[in-house]
Parts: sequence; structure tokens; C-alpha cells
Amino acid sequence: MGRQIYEAIVDGILGGGIYALMAVGLTLIFGVLDIINIAQGILVVLGAYLSYVLSVHLHIDLFVGLLITVPVMFVIGVAIQWLFMRPLRGRERATMSLLAAYAVALIIEGILYRVFGPNFVVLKASYITSSVHLFGFYLSYIYLYGFALAVACVAALYLLLYRTRFGRSVRATMQDQTAARLIGIDVNRVAALTFGIGVAVTAIGGMMFGATSGGFNPNSGYDLISRLLAIIILGGLGSIGGALAAAVFMTTAESLVDIWSPDWAVVVFYAALVLVLVIRPSGLFGKRLARAQ
Amino acid sequence: MTGGTAAPRPPAGGPARRLALAAWRPAGALAFLVILLVFPLAFQNPTVTTIAVDTLIFAAAAVAWNIFSGYSGYISLGHAVFFGAGAYTVGIAARAWHTTGDGVFVLLLLAAAVAGGLSVPLGLIALRVRRHTFVVITIAFFFIAQLTVTNLTVTGGSSGILAPSPNWDPATFNNPFYYVALALLVIATAASWLIRRSRFGLQLRAIRDDEDRAAGLGVRAMPVKLTAFVISAVVTGMAGGLWFYFIGQAIPQFAFDPLFDLSVVVMAFFGGLGTIAGPILGALVIEPAQQWLTLQYTNEYLSEILLGALFLLVILALPRGVIPTAAELITRFRARRRSRRAEAGPPAAVTAAAARAGQAGTAARPDPDPAGQARAGREAGP
Repeated sequence: MGRQIYEAIVDGILGGGIYALMAVGLTLIFGVLDIINIAQGILVVLGAYLSYVLSVHLHIDLFVGLLITVPVMFVIGVAIQWLFMRPLRGRERATMSLLAAYAVALIIEGILYRVFGPNFVVLKASYITSSVHLFGFYLSYIYLYGFALAVACVAALYLLLYRTRFGRSVRATMQDQTAARLIGIDVNRVAALTFGIGVAVTAIGGMMFGATSGGFNPNSGYDLISRLLAIIILGGLGSIGGALAAAVFMTTAESLVDIWSPDWAVVVFYAALVLVLVIRPSGLFGKRLARAQ
Repeated sequence: MTGGTAAPRPPAGGPARRLALAAWRPAGALAFLVILLVFPLAFQNPTVTTIAVDTLIFAAAAVAWNIFSGYSGYISLGHAVFFGAGAYTVGIAARAWHTTGDGVFVLLLLAAAVAGGLSVPLGLIALRVRRHTFVVITIAFFFIAQLTVTNLTVTGGSSGILAPSPNWDPATFNNPFYYVALALLVIATAASWLIRRSRFGLQLRAIRDDEDRAAGLGVRAMPVKLTAFVISAVVTGMAGGLWFYFIGQAIPQFAFDPLFDLSVVVMAFFGGLGTIAGPILGALVIEPAQQWLTLQYTNEYLSEILLGALFLLVILALPRGVIPTAAELITRFRARRRSRRAEAGPPAAVTAAAARAGQAGTAARPDPDPAGQARAGREAGP
């Protein structure tokens, strides 16, 4: 029992790193654009399928393939923002953008179904099946590599946001869009690039998800987006540190409950969310919610 | 539709004209109701009546959604919880009590009670937060509900639950469903109309415009929001129960369908958020289109792509909905005609006054508020 619990915690932390990466993209998009990108889940699945195509048809290694899939997903992200989010105006803009993202998700899902069908596929590589004996546990290499990559990416995002000129303009836009515009920041450009970056991380998240989830199909997007939403709300919308902590907390809690009842493990995800919000409506690390709409 | 209730207040056009306009709306609503009543007599093709029943059920659900989300501005993407709860309530009760035939329709009252009962705790939790967080919490409720019915045995797990199949005459099989759905739609619309006219409806819309200011003016926000949420859930639950009996089966991913939420929201947006006729108009256009696409392209994935594209088109091309847009066009047209008529006759000062009156008429319209729209438009970023 004790051993199982240790294993569950290690699994949870390693898996949490991957979810953290996907959630950071989502919360970043929210912070800058005030948009909940509900298509993030299906975009992760799209990233997974891109990795799948590269590895099966072109025999490119999964990690090397990221050099192709990350830029592709970045371009897709910028395109979605430019075509469907930017034109939205008016009082209901926040809701409309959410619905537009929903519609985009539906279209991507339909396309994936048409191209790949409903069958589950898995990503294959030598380091997915082989494992290393570490501190008395057997850990698959993919988890270790993936976790390392996720940590590196989050660190890179942090540097980008806090140590570069672009990052300063992103943070300024997050704080106050009108003021950012007044001091000469091209808010439209920041918004498009942020959306692109937020979506680009789904290429990495998708590859990891495809390699560790034991099979995915176009329907996997719903499960992913619901978890990601729970994570970013729990962490406090727009809080990057919060998203990291919430991702690790949620996946650890899930894998702990999984020991006793796999069926209800997923429910824990949402139950934890509801419980936290009853006590603290702005999430664990969220700022106090803006009072005026 | 139901008399274009969202049409602008009759501008200063003399009492006779105002009377004529006032008579127009109930007359239009009545004519529309008569058309709906005789529809199954005119069209007996089962494919057509099946789509018609579906459309009426969705129209009722869209009106119900609009009572809460349209009036209060709290966008719920979790109403499928109440739809599914209604479906499963009717299913479980009918199985337990061996109800068949018309008796199943009585169970809709139970579905209403269960959905309403469920909405109270959910509302108390979700309505503490606003905007995006509220939307996401309603989505979370949706996933909790779907997972719960998948995991429980009383709901039949992933294989779901079957409805009793009535032994009605195949030729008019859809008619009982049709008229019950129509009754539900009429009830929902009447509720929507009464609420919009009432002090309660005014409080809801005050919350939508600025909750803190409304609270400052003495609106007790939580009870008002919660009441609207419960009313909305009750009607949605009945729609779900009826849908289940009509379809004949409920499985978790269709009774609790994310597409249901999306469809209902898009219907309300298409017709005009917060209007009375808007959601009905939206349902009348979108649900048949959706059904037709599914029938036309039996390969459901293509219909999914087209549906997504249709939704995007509605959102991008008609962001405010048909009815508010049309209402504004009509007002602008009248104002222009009035000022042209004024130019021919009285001196310029009167023209200016008339123009100002026209503008005031536009701004005073309770909904949509063009001044607010413009303000929001300016504030809106990328």
C-alpha cells in the first residue's frame, strides 16, 4: 500500500508536468486575450496526430519531430486568433470568443475523424516501452524525458515573459490593455503571438499525451479540455504559477484515488475544483476577481 | 415570430400608430401559434414531423436557457446537466413504475422537480463566481454529471437506459410528442415573457449590465440569479425528459452532450440574446439545418465540420443576433423617414428636435442597448 502511494505520487508529479505545460498555454491566452480557448483540448490531440504522422509515415523521432510540429501549431494558433477571434467586438465578446473556439474545436474534431477515423492510435518509440530503475521504482523513460522537456519549456516561457521586451509587453497587456495601447504596445500583435505561443505548446503536450495516455482518438479532446479548464480555474485564471501548482496537485490527487477506484478517479478532478471554489472563489492563486464586469 | 417582442418601442408616432403596433405583436404571436398547431395536420411525413418535434424541444430548451443566461448575462455551458437529469429521471421512473403510453408524459413533472432540485445546490456554488469562471464551472458540472451517470448502476452505465415504446398508430406516432413539446414551448415562452415584463426581469437585466451597481441599488443579486437559474433548469429538465421519451434511449454521451450546450447557446445568440422571440427563431433555423445536415451527410463527421462552420458564421456575421439587428435597422429607417418628412415641412429647429427624439427613442430601448454596445465596442480589445 505504502509503495503504491509513493508510486502514485511520483506518477502524479511527472504527469503533472505535462499537464502544466498545456495549462500554461491556456492560462496565458486567457491572461492576455481574455479568451478561454476551449479548443486547446482538441489542439493537443491535433499535435499528437501530427507527431503520429511524422513518426509513422516519415520515421522521424518523436522529439525531433517537435522541431516541425511546434512551428506548425504556432502558425495554426496565430491563424485561429487572426481569423476568428480578432474580428469579434461588442459586449458579449468574451462569450462569443469562447463559442468561436468551441466551433473551431468542432471543425478540427470533424476533420481529424475524417482523416484518422475513430480508432485509437498510440505513439511508439523505444523510450516509451523501456524503463529505468530509479529509487526503487520502474519509470518509463518517456515520463522522465517529457517531464524534463516540460520543465525546460515552462522555464523558457518564464524567461520569455519576465526577461524580454516582448514579455514585458505581454505582461503589460495582461494588466491593462488600454494602458498598454497608450504606451505604444501593438496589442493586436501581442495578442496574435500570445495565442500562437499558447497553442504551440500543445504540440509538445500532444506528443507527450500521445506517448503516455495509452491511446487517443479525436474524441480525446473533451477529456483533455475539461481537465485543463479545471486546472487553470483551480490555479486562478491567468496565473502561470497557479497553473503549474494546480496541474501537479490535480494529477497527484487523481493518481492517488486511482489506487482505490479507477472509475471515480476522474471525478476527483472536478470535485476538487468545486470544493476549492466553494472556499475560495478566485482559485488557489487567483487575484481577487474584478468586481465590475 | 411570436410577434417580434424585441422590436423597438413604438417611436413617437401618435397614439393611433402605437395602438396599431401594440395589436400587431399578440396577433403575430397568435398566428404563429396557429401555424404550429396545424403543422402536423399539413405535414404527415414522419421525417418532417420528427425534425419538427426535435425543433420544438430545442426551442423550449433555448428559451429556457435564455431566461437565465440571456437575461442575467451569466453564460451557462452546463445546461446539459438538467437536460440529462430530466432524461434519466423519466427513464428510471418509467422503468421502476412500469409507466407506458401517455402516462410517461406525467413523469415530466418529476423530471422538472429533479432538475429544479439539482439546480439549487449547483446554482449556490456556481453563482458565487462570474464571467469566465462561471462558464468553466458550469462545464465542470457537466463533466461531473456525465461521469457520474457513466459510473452508476442505476443509470445503466455506459449502455444507458431505454424508454418504454408506446404502441401508438404509426401514421400519427409523432403527434403526441409534437403537442407536448409545443405545450412546453408555449409555457417556456410565456414564462420568458412574464419575467421580461416583471420587476424580477428588470432586476435580472440590471445584474447583467452591472451587478455591483444593481446590488448597490438594492437588488438582492443571489436570490434573483438563483431563481432564474432554477426556472431555467426546470424547463430544461422537462425538455430533456421529453427528448428521452421521443428518442427512446439515453446514453451518457448523448443525454449529457456538449453539443447540446453549444447548440442552445448558438440558437439564442443567432436570434438575439435576451430577447423573447430570439431563441425560438434561432431554434427554428438552426435545429432543422442541423438535422438536415446529419441526414444529408450520414457520414456524421462531415456534418460536424459543417455545423462548426455554420456556428462560426453565425458568431462572426451576426454577433448580436437577427432580432436586435433587424430592430435597429427598422428604427434607423423610421428615423430617417421621419427626418426627411420633417425637412419638407416645419423649420430646421423642429427637425433637429425630431432627430433628437428619434435618437432618444433608440437609446431608451431596454434591449439591445446601442449605447452600451458602442461603449463595449470601444473598450473591446483584440
